[in-house]
Amino acid sequence: MKFERKDLLGLRDLTKEEIEHILYTAAPMKDVIKRDIKKVPTLRGKAMVTVFYEPSTRTRTSFEIAGKYLSADTVNLTVSTSSVKKGESLKDTIKTIEVMGFDAMVVRHSMSGTPHYIARNTNMRVINAGDGANEHPTQALLDMFSILEHKGTLQGLKVAIVGDILHSRVARSNIYGLSKFGCEIRVVGPSTLMPPELEKLGVKTYYHLDEALDGVDVINVLRIQRERQHTGLFPSLDEYASLYMITPERIRNAQDDVLILHPGPMNRGVEISSEIADSTRAVINEQVTNGVAVRMALLFLMMGGSRDEITN
Amino acid sequence: MELREKNKIMDELAMKRALTRIAHEIIEKNKGVEDIAVVGIRRRGGPLALRLAGRIEEIEGVKIPVGILDITLYRDDLTTLASQPQVHRTEVNFNINGKTIVLVDDVLYTGRTIRAAMDALIDIGRPKCIQLAVLIDRGHRELPIKADFVGKNVPTSRQENISVLVEEMDGKDEVVIQQILES
Repeated sequence: MKFERKDLLGLRDLTKEEIEHILYTAAPMKDVIKRDIKKVPTLRGKAMVTVFYEPSTRTRTSFEIAGKYLSADTVNLTVSTSSVKKGESLKDTIKTIEVMGFDAMVVRHSMSGTPHYIARNTNMRVINAGDGANEHPTQALLDMFSILEHKGTLQGLKVAIVGDILHSRVARSNIYGLSKFGCEIRVVGPSTLMPPELEKLGVKTYYHLDEALDGVDVINVLRIQRERQHTGLFPSLDEYASLYMITPERIRNAQDDVLILHPGPMNRGVEISSEIADSTRAVINEQVTNGVAVRMALLFLMMGGSRDEITN
Repeated sequence: MELREKNKIMDELAMKRALTRIAHEIIEKNKGVEDIAVVGIRRRGGPLALRLAGRIEEIEGVKIPVGILDITLYRDDLTTLASQPQVHRTEVNFNINGKTIVLVDDVLYTGRTIRAAMDALIDIGRPKCIQLAVLIDRGHRELPIKADFVGKNVPTSRQENISVLVEEMDGKDEVVIQQILES
């Protein structure tokens, strides 16, 4: 099995085998993180840059430390203090970064499709760290890795994704990824936060939490994105909490060993109760560790071989 | 790469005898098996390490720790390979600090694999010393590395390949020399 793509833009166009290959490679990477000496010389002499046009702490830090554990040189470009503020175009910014000798660029942008545009205009490897409401592939990969670790398989699981599906790139990447493994995917949330024609992706739509959680193996709780909530798509956070917050009460009809995921940062008391967040069913902190492992796997697979020989 | 089989240099019995002799030599050189552990290099060093540990246990009546090392992340040719090899897990589930580690591999050739294995091992802990056991030493070293225990020395040319087959992975025990055919 080879991973021959130049870029990772989304899970939509990956095959099941490619996803399995990434997840398999993440396991030895997690072992490296757990050692006393958390560094391997694998990507010595390679350089990567993270370019985030949207705020992020965990994803950016996760990519940075993943690169460092593999001995790549990592640089973070903080857009608010960069020449972007002086009016430099995206294309010029990319070219400038490329000619400094970077091998890979990790990018987050509020506009869907930006990483795709960048990928077409550079020889650097491009990894999408979240583009608008489109995809956040590494988050879905770490979710899948966490499920795999706890359930032993992804095949045929019942997975509920709860919350703001409309604005969620995490939901979209999870749907693309999990559906390749024959999972039954249920999405649930207020109708105002549900995009139209979602059934075309092969998911079941629910508006009542209890129905959606009946018999599920995994619940992926999405963050209520307050920063995208200007338009009043639901009356109040309290009302959202009373209808959709995951509590011990609400998961009674899920499988006994139901696994609860949350991409973070959590709004305790809004989409998830503290009892659940701090329970053994929830693996929210472990997801963060797994995020580093999955990103190490990707960086290795994408930067570890000779660039010239790999075509896309 | 096309290969043509030239010569069988070890059969099942010869491999068994070689491993038994190496087990005795390990015990003799270390004056017993106290603080000894065996670590095989993936892939075929793994089953060979398990067999050696079994042989040592039969002789001394003591169970010694066995581990398997994956050296992919430590290879020095990753940037020149067309695509990277599969990374597998390292399974060394015991403390190697202060232990005598016998590294086990099927074929010793350039020595680069052993260099990588020593780096990988030292990142896990600080063994008292590292010794090397190989089934076949075929020469052509590119680094100052030498085996402590050798099953068989086989002079080869670089146009040849040594193929070690083990029951656990290949269904039979056998070592053959193959000619690399120019395509």
